[in-house]
Amino acid sequence: MMAGVIFVFSAAALLQFFISYCRSLIAASSKQSLSAEVKDVTGIQRIASGDDFQRVMQLLQLCPERPEDRNSVQAIGAYFRLLNFLRSTVAKFVPSMQDWTESERGHCAYFAAVALERRISFSRDMLAQQMDA
Amino acid sequence: MPGPFQYCVWFLCTLLEVSVVVCSLAKGSFRRYLSLNVYMLAACFVNLARFKILFTYGFKSSEYGYFYYYSDLLLTIGLYCALMGLYSYVFEEMGAEQYVRLGALLLLLGTAGFSFAIVQQSSSRMGHFVLDSRVMGHLVLEASQNLYFVGLVLTYVLWGAMLKLRETRTRLIQLVLALGLYFSVFAASYALRNLSTGLSDLWPYLIPVSGCLLPMAWAYAFWRIPEEARIAPSRLAVVPR
Repeated sequence: MMAGVIFVFSAAALLQFFISYCRSLIAASSKQSLSAEVKDVTGIQRIASGDDFQRVMQLLQLCPERPEDRNSVQAIGAYFRLLNFLRSTVAKFVPSMQDWTESERGHCAYFAAVALERRISFSRDMLAQQMDA
Repeated sequence: MPGPFQYCVWFLCTLLEVSVVVCSLAKGSFRRYLSLNVYMLAACFVNLARFKILFTYGFKSSEYGYFYYYSDLLLTIGLYCALMGLYSYVFEEMGAEQYVRLGALLLLLGTAGFSFAIVQQSSSRMGHFVLDSRVMGHLVLEASQNLYFVGLVLTYVLWGAMLKLRETRTRLIQLVLALGLYFSVFAASYALRNLSTGLSDLWPYLIPVSGCLLPMAWAYAFWRIPEEARIAPSRLAVVPR
């Protein structure tokens, strides 16, 4: 009984901390504007849509990984899957959740585009270093 | 006996713990977040000591078993102190540090007393209660589990207070949220283990991987988030404010 109560409380807290943590990662990158080049490549002009996420992630996987952002990209990928799950289940019965999940999915796509921007400049720096060497 | 996977995760975890301290030193935040850094250093030394004892005495030796559980309890108390450091940091402008310390000490003693009462009750049910090594081992395990749960509740309260006080320091927010994630994963894992014994195969993988979460997130926060970065806390609440 006691273990059951602890488990339910811990799982609920885990979900809440996970969502807040992912949103803090997204919020930290939302202030960064995208370069014209990344806007062209991703098709994101001002506001990203949730449907852009998979495409941006595919582009992201084509670039060499930066060790600093590997974990945050994975965390946001997991958050995106959680949002998709909520969208296809709970949001069908709660209309306000539909808007919330869609807006969050868009933020995830923007985060991925910012990560893409960083990876592109990281690749350029690496190439420049190799050319110098 | 740990397999290659466990050794790899063990090594990675130790490396991540060192990287937290290195990132914090490199960014000039070591003294500001002293309790967190001291905890990470302690965790790193404990990992190295466990490794040494494992190779000297073997995995099934009582020396390794005792050292593992006693050091785990001490580390949990250390993490609890690190959490109190974060409390002091959040409430420093209100001058409530001494109340926080007193409250933390009382809660720590209360948790130890509660764990002792549970162990005493279960031992008495089996016959007689003698404070031998088996009962002490049970007590250490019970206290660790309860401290994880108390830590989770305290982190949850701290996060609620930060939202209420409209805390804007991004790095502090990420440090607290990562700690909340870590405590909730461990508290849920221990509770699940008590609920179901069918997860014993998963246990040797789940706990070491979960152990990497905290140093990974803290290293990221120290390295990537500048101290002066600010965030609107209302954007982070799960329920929009």
